[in-house]
Amino acid sequence: MVHQVLFIVFGLICVAGAVNLLVQRHPINSALSLVVVMGALALIYLLLGAEFVAAVQVIVYAGAVMVLFVFVIMLLNAGAEEQSRGSHVALWLGGPGVALLAGLIVYLMVRNQRQFNAVSIGNLADVDKGSNTNAVANLLFQKFLLPFEITSVLILIAIMGAVVLARRES
Amino acid sequence: MTVFLIAAVLKIVLVVFLLLTGVAYMTWLERKVVGRIQNRWGPTRVGPFGLLQPLADGIKFILKEDMIPDSAHKGLYVLAPALALTMSLISIAVIPFGETINVAGANTALQITGVVHPAGPTTDINIGLLIILGATSIGVYGVALAGWSSNSKYALLGSLRASAQMISYELALGLSLVGVLILAGSFSLRDIVDNQSGNWFGFIPHWYIFPQFIAFFIYLMAAYAETNRIPFDLPEAETELVAGYHTEYSSMKFAMFFMAEYVNMITVGCVATLVFFGGWHGPHLPGPALFQAILPVIWFSIKIFLFMFLYIWIRGTLPRFRYDQLMAFGWKFLLPLAIANVIVTSLIVALRG
Amino acid sequence: MVPLSWYLILSAILFCLGVSAFLLKRNIITIFMAIELMLNGVNLTFVAFANHWHKLSGQVFVFFVMVVAAAEAAVGLAIIIAVFRTRETLNVDRVNLLKL
Repeated sequence: MVHQVLFIVFGLICVAGAVNLLVQRHPINSALSLVVVMGALALIYLLLGAEFVAAVQVIVYAGAVMVLFVFVIMLLNAGAEEQSRGSHVALWLGGPGVALLAGLIVYLMVRNQRQFNAVSIGNLADVDKGSNTNAVANLLFQKFLLPFEITSVLILIAIMGAVVLARRES
Repeated sequence: MTVFLIAAVLKIVLVVFLLLTGVAYMTWLERKVVGRIQNRWGPTRVGPFGLLQPLADGIKFILKEDMIPDSAHKGLYVLAPALALTMSLISIAVIPFGETINVAGANTALQITGVVHPAGPTTDINIGLLIILGATSIGVYGVALAGWSSNSKYALLGSLRASAQMISYELALGLSLVGVLILAGSFSLRDIVDNQSGNWFGFIPHWYIFPQFIAFFIYLMAAYAETNRIPFDLPEAETELVAGYHTEYSSMKFAMFFMAEYVNMITVGCVATLVFFGGWHGPHLPGPALFQAILPVIWFSIKIFLFMFLYIWIRGTLPRFRYDQLMAFGWKFLLPLAIANVIVTSLIVALRG
Repeated sequence: MVPLSWYLILSAILFCLGVSAFLLKRNIITIFMAIELMLNGVNLTFVAFANHWHKLSGQVFVFFVMVVAAAEAAVGLAIIIAVFRTRETLNVDRVNLLKL
């Protein structure tokens, strides 16, 4: 009962933030509503027992990546967007397409509802040794060591690329 | 469950009240100590030793005219100080002040998010330290939005510099704490403090400052940069950029930024005490049972007071960094040093078995 | 008890709102943020299934998705800054010719 109420509250905040991102004209308002979506998602991750992922979502995604977005919007001084429309194809095909996709996914989920058991607050996997963080760390550095190393190389390449691309020609 | 909720609400009210009073009297302490360092008196007129000065300041802030510039983005202009203050206050929820106490027959932990188990140790949030880092990360938005929504060039420049400084030093802050986490094995603040109980040779305590003095040095400097205090306070220096990101703010909203800065300072002091100085552990003093029950809180408060005094002392003594020196210091010195600390700590822990 | 399908439906709604924002908005930065919204929706699916099947690999994969999203945001925003410097506009309809 408490779980359902919490999930509905956070879920509504998520959807409201996403709709606000769509509806707002100024990009800074869209950026801040995306931060709200990420915060509400972090709370939903806590409901699902993924406490380390929730903390990383707040620290990295909402607290660093979105700050980068807000910085760029502030630096480029982007005003409210104009209502220019290049081609209407995106609107006429895309709108019904997205509605169809959403409807299809919802229908499939509701039809297969019996195969998906209920989720209870915080229960989790394999937490025989210590907390969720310990378990995730064990998995990350033993089974997923190669992807970990490759992503660190990826971040290095991204840093170099960003510095080179954003530099002024001098 | 209801006992926990009622106790939590009472603790929240008490802690927030004490915290805001502490902030008010920190402003008094700062003015007095900086005045003495500069060979003058500080506030002396309002009440004995100027002790009612914070009250007078509070009344001034409330009664001052609250202006909003015409060309400011009103929603964000009002949101920014509220966000900064809220994020500062959130960190206090996970900070433990002591062990459990027994009030009116119910055991409750001296921590807003602490849970007492009838048979077993008190537990708290598994990721307590990460929540404090998360609140710091979201606090950057308060600064960034304040400058931008004021629609003034001094405010924008000041806020861009301040937020760039804050996100640069967040890395060194987090990495400096990793050394302690390797030694403690848990993110939970109560576990970190519990690992620091006990003594070597009877009088040297097991505090993490001794193995991790480099990490303490890095943490202190990164924290000074995070809270925008001297020697890293270029973004809000009066002589540099008018007043930086809070140029266009007046009365209550300015007071909220001010309070957010001091609450951040107190949080930094609390975390440094918990992580490096053993939290509420201190020498055992004889006394009645009531005194013994609050002795841990007294030790904790003394240690936090020493950190606040250090903040104010450094403010009165050191000049401020230039912006490029500040960024070079954070990225080229503190960050590699913090990474080196993590590597050396993990090597030693791994070799010890 | 919350059925797992509710989490998946929320994730699908977030993803579809991200796709609609991607198609409907005209500002480059907002389109980029719609991509981040889609990635967040997918992260929710991963974590929900990690809980359902009691395997933590879902959470580890969320970690990698976040890292890749951060790298992509950094490089993408650098490209946007470079485009803005030459074109002086952030409207995606005006950035439609290779010639300035």
